[in-house]
Amino acid sequence: MIDMTLTPAHYKSDVKPVWCPGCGDFGVLNALAKALAKLALRPEDVAVVSGIGCSSRIPAYTSAYGFHGVHGRALAVGTGLKVARPDLTVVVTGGDGDGYSIGGNHFLHACRRNVDLTYIVMDNRVYGMTKGQPSPTTEADWTSKLMPQGTGLGEIKPMAIALAAGANFIARGFTGDPNGLADLIVSAVEHPGFSFVEVLSPCVTFRPEQREWKKMVRGHALAPAADSVEAATRIFADDGMNLGVLYAGTRRPFAPPIGRAQRTPTDLERRFAL
Amino acid sequence: MTNPSNSAATSVAIALAGSGGAGIMTAGNMLLEAAASAGYYALMTRSSGPQIRGGEAAAMLRIATHPVECMPAGFDLLAAVDWENVHRFGAEIPLGAGGLVLGDEAEGAPPAVFTASGAAIAALPLAAIARGIPGGRPNMVLLGLVGALLGLPEDAMHEAVSRTLGKRPAALEPSLAALAAGRSAAGSLQPFTPLAPPPGSAAGRWLITGNEAAGLGALQGGVRFVAAYPITPATEMLEWLSPSLESVGGVLVQAEDELASINMAIGASYGGVPSLTATSGPGLALMLESLGLAVASETPIVVVDIMRVGPSTGIPTKSEQGDLDIALHGLHGDAPHLVLAPNGVGDALATTQWAVTLAESLQCPAIVLSDQFLGQARAVIDRPAAGASPAARDVAAAAAEGDAPYRRYALTDSGISPMAIPGTAGVTYTADGLEHGERGTPSSQFTDHAAQLDKRLRKLADHDYGERWADLEGEGDLAVITFGSCTGPLREALALAYERGLAVRLVSLRLLAPAQPARLAAALAGVRKALVLEQNHSGQLLRHLKSSFDLPVPLASLRKPGGQQFNAAEILRHVVEWSAA
Ligand SMILES: Cc1ncc(C[n+]2csc(CCOP(=O)(O)OP(=O)(O)O)c2C)c(N)n1
Ligand code: SF4
Repeated sequence: MIDMTLTPAHYKSDVKPVWCPGCGDFGVLNALAKALAKLALRPEDVAVVSGIGCSSRIPAYTSAYGFHGVHGRALAVGTGLKVARPDLTVVVTGGDGDGYSIGGNHFLHACRRNVDLTYIVMDNRVYGMTKGQPSPTTEADWTSKLMPQGTGLGEIKPMAIALAAGANFIARGFTGDPNGLADLIVSAVEHPGFSFVEVLSPCVTFRPEQREWKKMVRGHALAPAADSVEAATRIFADDGMNLGVLYAGTRRPFAPPIGRAQRTPTDLERRFAL
Repeated sequence: MTNPSNSAATSVAIALAGSGGAGIMTAGNMLLEAAASAGYYALMTRSSGPQIRGGEAAAMLRIATHPVECMPAGFDLLAAVDWENVHRFGAEIPLGAGGLVLGDEAEGAPPAVFTASGAAIAALPLAAIARGIPGGRPNMVLLGLVGALLGLPEDAMHEAVSRTLGKRPAALEPSLAALAAGRSAAGSLQPFTPLAPPPGSAAGRWLITGNEAAGLGALQGGVRFVAAYPITPATEMLEWLSPSLESVGGVLVQAEDELASINMAIGASYGGVPSLTATSGPGLALMLESLGLAVASETPIVVVDIMRVGPSTGIPTKSEQGDLDIALHGLHGDAPHLVLAPNGVGDALATTQWAVTLAESLQCPAIVLSDQFLGQARAVIDRPAAGASPAARDVAAAAAEGDAPYRRYALTDSGISPMAIPGTAGVTYTADGLEHGERGTPSSQFTDHAAQLDKRLRKLADHDYGERWADLEGEGDLAVITFGSCTGPLREALALAYERGLAVRLVSLRLLAPAQPARLAAALAGVRKALVLEQNHSGQLLRHLKSSFDLPVPLASLRKPGGQQFNAAEILRHVVEWSAA
């Protein structure tokens, strides 16, 4: 149902965020609220689902329905919810550790399954909540208490993985650009199937150098491709700072019919009766 | 065929065996269906070699004039189309002393494992007879022969074959001819004690597997969403549920792993749709963290564990009651939840249905511990009694502006707090696995933690579980306490004990958690000592009874690991010894 009187403020709850001052995730919350207002969705028709991490705290800060589950399983919760309740708008949120490390398998299969939901990953290239360990998107030479020499491992390219695994919409936003990010979220929600939005969201506490991202990002640098080969070429040449929509595909979403009963369970008993 | 001097048997155990591709399972199912439609009770289990496909196979049947829930200590008839690798079933198909081993004369002598007991040996030219019928196969000749030996009516045999092959006329005609040829060949064999007349007609009875019964119970309970990852021996339950769910307006999602399946089920249930996942031990182990999430977020879900031999990959195709420990105690933190166990093929329906009802009304996870034996056994059962009334979740109504804020985790007297379903206005909230206050807002306060722990415990502890918590049978000052698939052979053993003048009570626990110590103590009033029967190596049920029940009677233990079911004779022997000790 469309209600034109809803403003971004309607989509925020009275719960005070636990985030550090300056954390990038504030901007994502603002952009999400703006996007939901633009989409004019009633808060009760939206569900925001997450796992564990600083970024995964976001559901309780919205006025929508929320589910804050365990580490890494947000996409599974969101998938079950959307398949069971296709009438809801489902937004899954979380961090790079939650989504690409412990939840990596679900990321692959959510892209491939292409359920009509939006996945927003607040990528700060670090485990914030556990106080600064490297994640799958952390640079190889970034040192920490746990990995004093750095991991020595190359970063993964989540957008390339999403493309290869079959995501239907792939975009990158920046938390320092809430309007641009809100627009990306609107497009992601409106696009049928699995929409993946990578958000550069600095961890000012454990990666203070990420404050520089605002000078490094390039707005509207990515143009939407409908051709995955073209999108792949672009994403492999990308330095991670180009914003915009990389890919908008036309794959049919996974939406098995639910609620169309032709029989009752008692009818099914007959096949066992002698 | 317990007494060969009798002119008719009230129970006969038959094994059909042969190499892969010989059609043993098909013949076994036809024999089962023929016996069922002729008015007998019957049970069929199966076994196959280690090969993924095409290995040797055995169909083990017991046909009787009374309901049967287990295989006997000895088989009366082993009929094989060939002996290739069939010796591997030696331990699973023990022949009784008065038994008969029947094979193809072209195959030579039967393996010694089968004849060592002194069983009689007979041979017929099965393959040669089959070759005489264009398109005829030895398994159908064997089926005709066995049907005749048992005295099953010709039309019931005919009908069973026709029902299976009716859609393939090219296979039907030669099969019926082979069946008839087998039947006439039976005349040349020494007399075999046939079955006593059937106990009435088949009408009103069902032919069903435990996995199908559990699936049907889930649907009867209101489940409309299932997510699962394939695993033996739970797969058949899922394969039955997939089209069945669709026909009743539900959906099954094949998940990428068990971490996903349980979380998908949690997500769907959060959305208001009663949800379930089914798995076996390895999958249950993966689900434990998220079971805790369902406890903390108070999201109803049902996890059906068709137990197999563990630990690790164990023996995927064999039954064991080894997951009781993790089902009861595997969750971290203090996490009250439900653990139930069906104690028969038919009871898998009612118990799974009850699990859904309880999970929905108590807003918590329920684990149903079935096992490979109950799940894959196919049995003739009396039509199951109606189950618990369908799921009823306490749902929050919409609220208007100005109403007091919605408290999802309100500290009610019962511990049950109305759950808002997404889409309902004015009562949005965030469900949380983080400890929380009444509104769901995360809290690290001791007081909130203690209050929510109390709430979650109270709703389970104070619930009235009624009469279904256990099956209580018999009287006397001795009792055997068991659960799940040990119940069938125990029931039979105690009936035999009673015939010998030894009265022992049967207690089969259906509700394993929360423990019901007061009810069990009452059920054991007047009992001097109790024996705990279970199928695992370490005595998991015994430990549970010792730690959570504080029973007024001394407990002894009768247990063995999975891989071989208990039979009634074996239990009887132990019960007699124990009663005298
Ligand atoms: C099963 C499990 N393992 C480990 C943890 C500890 N843990 C909590 S959050 C987190 C990483 C969070 O990193 P990320 O997803 O990148 O989110 P951020 O905090 O940076 O927003 C870890 C390892 C946990 N909660 N559960
Ligand atoms: S630790 Fe980093 S990610 Fe977490 S709240 Fe603070 S700034 Fe944000």
